[in-house]
Formats: sequence, structure tokens, C-alpha cells
Amino acid sequence: MPDRVNKAEITCTVNGETLSLKAYPMARLLDVLRQELRLTGTKEGCGEGECGACSVWIDGEIANSCLVPVLQVAGSEIKTIEGIATGEQLHAVQEAFISCGGAQCGICTPGMVMAAVNLLERTPHPSETEIRMGLAGNLCRCTGYMKIFEAVVRACQATGVKA
Amino acid sequence: MRSYVPAYELRAPQSLEAALELLEREPDVWRPLAGGTDLMVLFEAGKLTHRKFLSIWKLSELKGVEVTPEHVTLGALTTYTQVQAHAVLQREFPLLCQAARETGGIATQNRGTLAGNIVNGSPAADSPPALLVYDAQIELVSARGSRWVPYQGFHTGYKTMVLRPEEIIRRIRLPRTKQGWRQYYRKVGTRKAQAISKVCFAGSAQMQHNTIRDIRMALGSVAPIVLRCARTEAALRSQKVSAGAFAAAKEVLAQEITPIDDMRSTAAYRLRVAQNLLEEFLLQLQNNGGDESHRGLAAAES
Ligand SMILES: Cc1cc2nc3c(=O)[nH]c(=O)nc-3n(C[C@H](O)[C@H](O)[C@H](O)COP(=O)(O)OP(=O)(O)OC[C@H]3O[C@@H](n4cnc5c(N)ncnc54)[C@H](O)[C@@H]3O)c2cc1C
Ligand code: FES
Ligand code: FES
Repeated sequence: MPDRVNKAEITCTVNGETLSLKAYPMARLLDVLRQELRLTGTKEGCGEGECGACSVWIDGEIANSCLVPVLQVAGSEIKTIEGIATGEQLHAVQEAFISCGGAQCGICTPGMVMAAVNLLERTPHPSETEIRMGLAGNLCRCTGYMKIFEAVVRACQATGVKA
Repeated sequence: MRSYVPAYELRAPQSLEAALELLEREPDVWRPLAGGTDLMVLFEAGKLTHRKFLSIWKLSELKGVEVTPEHVTLGALTTYTQVQAHAVLQREFPLLCQAARETGGIATQNRGTLAGNIVNGSPAADSPPALLVYDAQIELVSARGSRWVPYQGFHTGYKTMVLRPEEIIRRIRLPRTKQGWRQYYRKVGTRKAQAISKVCFAGSAQMQHNTIRDIRMALGSVAPIVLRCARTEAALRSQKVSAGAFAAAKEVLAQEITPIDDMRSTAAYRLRVAQNLLEEFLLQLQNNGGDESHRGLAAAES
């Protein structure tokens, strides 16, 4: 058995709640979210930064949580898919995914929603190209993308924004 | 197989000074970890042989973009997202902005840093061709002081470089001497988003009527390092843009680059594409040659 390093004490904010946890410093944020915090909405697809299934926000920016060692989020604010709805009230993007059929197996969906909501926060009036660019790091093997794209367009309309 | 997580040490020094001190005390024991978009991929694949890392991600000394009349100086941690958002870079260094735009998706652009792209040392990296064309200089710091080196010559071979184990990159400096130069960048990959280059080309030229007064060109994925093509540049300097000059330059380029077959492409394809990109670059110089006022980004999308 190789030597073990000490666990680090890490304080960060997850979906508005400040918490302290102990973890190996190189543990992937993805694993800490899913296994330690039981926030299993964040998915693992490729584990190498290509697919976006593990997308979360770190200090307001989209990141692939499979590529972030947990020590690097000490002092940061994290938002996961569990923090997107307000109580029982789904976000307009989530509603639009449902009404447009933007989810099939659902593995890519949390990451897609995280990327889409982030895009709309940065760019409330995205062009079609901006929507495509905003989702370019998220892969889906079921839907063929068009319904996801339409869901984001519909969400823009639902929030009173023109696509 | 996955790496055994508890075997990896990661520390986050609170200042650049503290980081440099650790590197000085135990050189080659510690390595920097910035955005992690290269290192964490290796880690996940069980291919990260090094075990001890210093997270430099939150060090403010390595952040920010500073503009002076002579230079634009980028902190080592400048991300692709920050490159694209910077007004002076957009105006004067469009090739770097385009490289940033075509690197990965937004998540990668938010975390990937310029210094990480350089030190990772991939011959297929997309920003180094732009940095070479802009005559970038790199500041290397250690506990003992700092030195500036030209980026050209930084890479000494496949994944080897002049960076010493106790040093880290602090800043990257771009001289503001190329206003009015015609600029061209094109990355050719399998698809537009998230694809590693098969060939990447950055070029810039100072034109006087139809004559190339000065020129820079650099290519990725055609040699063990990202290559500034000095011999091809020499063949074109002071030449009028013409079919004859194109043909001669393409011959020199074929001698200068050493593409290989690998999982992404073949040597023959890469040579052909490199020559075609050179021709496209030169054709744009010809089309805009006499018009000094035209200095928009004349670059095709991949
Ligand atoms: C999905 C995906 C797509 C990608 N697409 C592209 C692409 O299209 N084009 C492209 O060029 N790259 C691409 N990359 C690669 C990667 O994003 C870049 O190389 C990135 O710039 C690396 O920066 P980093 O901060 O994440 O590096 P890290 O992984 O943190 O470090 C990389 C190396 O640099 C060293 N290092 C980092 N900072 C310093 C410093 N300041 N001083 C000294 N050494 C340092 C580290 O020790 C390590 O050896 C992609 C990666 C992913 C995951
Ligand atoms: S699991 Fe992180 S990007 Fe695919
Ligand atoms: S719905 Fe299955 S991967 Fe997108």
C-alpha cells in the first residue's frame, strides 16, 4: 500500500451553505460532491474534461468538477444542479428541457442545464451561435442536440428574453 | 487505471514567495498545478507519475493583464476566458484571442491557463503558435530572482524546456510592435469544438504595397515542438507576393517541418494541410497587400 498523505480541512460554500469537510487534497471535486456530500445530481461521463456531465459553477464560472482537485475550492462558492431550482419551483431552463424533450437518458442533462443557466446569466440575450458555443463543452449521446438547443431558446423566451 | 488518490500530495501556499521557497528547498519534488486541465486528465488516467504538487491557482501575484505603451503583460494564470475578454488583446493580438476561443469548451477556457499550456509542452498546443508570432517573452521566477527569456527557444525538444525545476512562469509579455501587420490563424481539427489540432497555423506579416517587409509564422503539430518557421520566413522576407514566391515558400516549409503519423492524423496529410494554410495566408496578403489601412483579422474558421 503506498503512503497516504493527510486529509485537508476545506471550507467552502455549496449551494449557499457554508460547510467544512475533510478530504484528500487531490480528491476530485466530483467525487467529494457525489460521495461525501451525497449531491449525486452531478454526473460523471468521461472523467477527462471532454463531456461536461460533471459541470458545476465555481465562483460563478462553469468548470468540469472531474478536473478540479478539492483543495482548489477552499474558500470558493460552488453551485451544483441541486442549487438551480428554488424549492419546488424549477428554473425556466429546467422547465424548457421538460417541455421540449431536451432530456432522454438524463446523464448529460444536469451539465447541460448548468451550462445553459450560466450562459443566460452571462448573456441574457444569446444569439444562436452563442447558445451553440455555450454548450460546446457538453456532449449528449441521446438527443441529437436539437431539442436541447430548442429548450435553451424557449427558456430565453420564457424569461422574457429574445433569442 | 485510476490513480490512488491518498498517495498524491497537494498544497496551496498562500503566497508566491512561499511557493518559490518550497520549490527552492526541494527542487523537482514539487510541481505547480494551475487550472489542472492537463494534469488532472493524466491523474484520472493513472498516468501522473509525479506525486507532489503546489496549487498556484489562487496566487494573485500570477494573475491580471497589464498594459503599458510598450507591452501587454499577462499573468501566468491568465485563462482563455480572460484572454478573449480583454479589449487590448482583441484589438492588437487577435491570433491569441482566436486560439483561446478555439481551445476546448467554456469549462476548459475558464480553467486552462497560458502558462499551463506552455509548460505542458504539447507540440499540438494552440496558443504557442500565436505567442511565437508575437515575439512573446517569458518571465521565470525562483526564490533567487527573475529572468526574462524569449519564448522562441523556450522549448528545447519534445516536452523539454529551459524552465528549471525551482522556477515557475510568472508572466508572459507581448511587445506592442506589430500594429498594422496582417494576421492569420487557423486551427484544423476533427471538429470545431473540443478537438486537438491536426495542424495549427499562426502568421503575421508587415506589407508594403505588394512586398512582404517582415513576416512571422509558427505551426503546431508539425514537429516535436511548436515550431517557428524561420527558414520559410526568410524565403518570403522582401519578396513580392506572387505565385512563384508561394511555390518556393511551400518547398522550404516542406523541408522545415517534420510531421509524424499518430492517432490524430498522418504525416502526409499534415504536410499538405500546412502547405495549404501557408498558401491561404499568402493569398490573403496578396488580396489585401496594397491596403495598409486594412488590418482586420483576416482569418478563416476551421
Ligand atoms: C477537454 C479539453 C480540451 C482541451 N482543448 C485544448 C485545445 O483545443 N488546445 C490546447 O492547446 N489545449 C487544450 N487542452 C489542454 C489544456 O486546457 C491546456 O494545455 C491548458 O492551458 C493547461 O493549463 P492549466 O493551467 O490547466 O495546466 P495544469 O494542468 O495545471 O498544468 C500543466 C503543466 O504546466 C505546469 N504549470 C502550470 N502553470 C505553471 C507555471 N505558472 N509555471 C510553471 N509551470 C506551470 C504544470 O506543472 C504542468 O506541468 C484541453 C484540455 C481539455 C481537458
Ligand atoms: S466527466 Fe467531467 S467532463 Fe466528462
Ligand atoms: S440525454 Fe442521454 S446523454 Fe443526453
